[in-house]
Amino acid sequence: MKFNLWLSAGLLTFILASSGQALADQTLLNVSYDPTRELYQEFNRAFIRYWQEKTGEKVSVRQSHGGSGKQARAVIDGVPADVVTLALAYDIDAISKQSGLVPPEWQDRLPNNSSPYVSTIVLLVRKDNPKGISDWDDLIKPGITVMTPNPKTSGGARWNYLAAWSFALKKYNGDEAKTRDFLSRLYKNAPILDSGARGSAINFIRHGMGDVLISWENEAFLALKEYGPEQFEIIIPSISILAEPPVTIVTKNADKHGTHTIAQAYLEYLYSKEGQDIAARNFYRPSDPDIARKYTHQFPEINLLTVDEVFGGWQKAQSIHFSDGGLFDKIYVNQ
Amino acid sequence: MSTFKQHSVLPGFNLALGFTLLYLSLVVLIPLSAAFIYSAKLTWPEFWNAVTAPRVVASYRLTFGASFAAAAVNAFFGLLVAWVLVRYPFPGKRLVDALIDLPFALPTSVAGITLTAIYAGNGWLGQYLEPLGIKVAFTPLGVFVALTFIGLPFVVRTVQPVLEDIEKELEEAAAMLGATRWQTFRYIIFPAVLPALTTGFALAFARAIGEYGSVIFIAGNIPMVSEITPLLIITKLEQYDYAGATAIAVVMLVISFILLLIINLLQWWVRHRSTKA
Repeated sequence: MKFNLWLSAGLLTFILASSGQALADQTLLNVSYDPTRELYQEFNRAFIRYWQEKTGEKVSVRQSHGGSGKQARAVIDGVPADVVTLALAYDIDAISKQSGLVPPEWQDRLPNNSSPYVSTIVLLVRKDNPKGISDWDDLIKPGITVMTPNPKTSGGARWNYLAAWSFALKKYNGDEAKTRDFLSRLYKNAPILDSGARGSAINFIRHGMGDVLISWENEAFLALKEYGPEQFEIIIPSISILAEPPVTIVTKNADKHGTHTIAQAYLEYLYSKEGQDIAARNFYRPSDPDIARKYTHQFPEINLLTVDEVFGGWQKAQSIHFSDGGLFDKIYVNQ
Repeated sequence: MSTFKQHSVLPGFNLALGFTLLYLSLVVLIPLSAAFIYSAKLTWPEFWNAVTAPRVVASYRLTFGASFAAAAVNAFFGLLVAWVLVRYPFPGKRLVDALIDLPFALPTSVAGITLTAIYAGNGWLGQYLEPLGIKVAFTPLGVFVALTFIGLPFVVRTVQPVLEDIEKELEEAAAMLGATRWQTFRYIIFPAVLPALTTGFALAFARAIGEYGSVIFIAGNIPMVSEITPLLIITKLEQYDYAGATAIAVVMLVISFILLLIINLLQWWVRHRSTKA
């Protein structure tokens, strides 16, 4: 890691300089991923209010957003994050493994595998569903154009791939060769692999490209909210994957900054009724049963499989499917 | 030291040279050598496997091929644009002149998104090209288009001042001596701008090789077909494979350096020959 010192030093000075005005109070830096921007804007305001009422202390929370993997690398390279709230457990595992800033058993420190809210992968189609898409099967039909980013560069794209794989594996009763063929046909229908989920969404929504966008559920809701239900429809597939975006304290950084207590409270507050309500309002599925009941009209029932039960965890999924020479590469290289 | 000094008429040579070397080291050499040291974490077979994987080799072909083609096209049309700007007065000339710099100033991702929107199957230009069987966006051709876009100012801005400096009398003299217009261009103007033109070409080429932002949106990023090498470096980083990423970077660096060296030698040779003649 020594050679990232230059980069780290640069980032550090930048962040220290930009935080100068907030030094009087306790400051938390939450390093997060792209689609959580709106969620944490709202949540941070609520937490600041809650913390002041409880302790009288003023706290300020700074946010950083970007691709999940990129954000994890920034933390490894020295961005002084107190907490990370990322898209994949794999990315926090990487922080733990590469930098030791987080203990290896981090995922046991908070309930539900450290995921206060969950999400899933759904299909977004154009109004009135002109191509009659109702499930994953329809995506491999000839003449359908599927928009999904490149799993090698996008965390969201990896969830898309795993969701489709889970469906096919079930459909073919665990026959892996047929499942592979299914994925290969699906990616034949995907002529563009953007480098990030936002790129695919822009191509689908703004540029009118493709018949169906494989998307995070919360992003699909955001598209509906922004462009109106008269333009798009969300199709809930019969099976999808349970996406658990995990949160954790970056232990060594928080200890160094003396922010451990407040960072712990910050993350725990995500599990509170108010935190859960904010997550649901921002289209993440809440884990709290009461809040979940309140939002049942918003989140239809869906058969969600976890990465652990289908793939044996993220580490395994990553090395079998997405590492160089893995199954995703084979789909293309052998063509 | 003394052989250095005997040519130096200006004072402060040692100090200036010292600053030059220090500055170059800080800004260029140290970061670059870090890339080399980082990739040295790999054993030689690992390094070789990382940089010769089929996907990576396909990306070198695309990156260097498209960059070369784009720079070549820019060299031709850039010369033309510079010529028109220098030699002919026309209304709106200043505006056109300012437009040339736009690819410099525009954030590359904005350029990428705009080009994609225009050349996509339902875009302004794409809708007319697609029926003709020409697909630009999300193909290697799209990569070439984006690289041409960002490379244009390099050629125009290096050739323009040289053209401005060429004395009109030279051309008049050539005409008086009975040269045709083509001969005037071929023997008088072209040799004079050739060194600047090769510089412009080299700059456009070098910029295109490293370009990421504007290409990534229009490329489509299909493995083996339209992935550029910088994308594969990002891909490696995304897997926390720092050593693999820098290995590819080192290969790019070495190839680029060799190519630029060849272009520089060529340029030196051209200049040398033209001053002798």
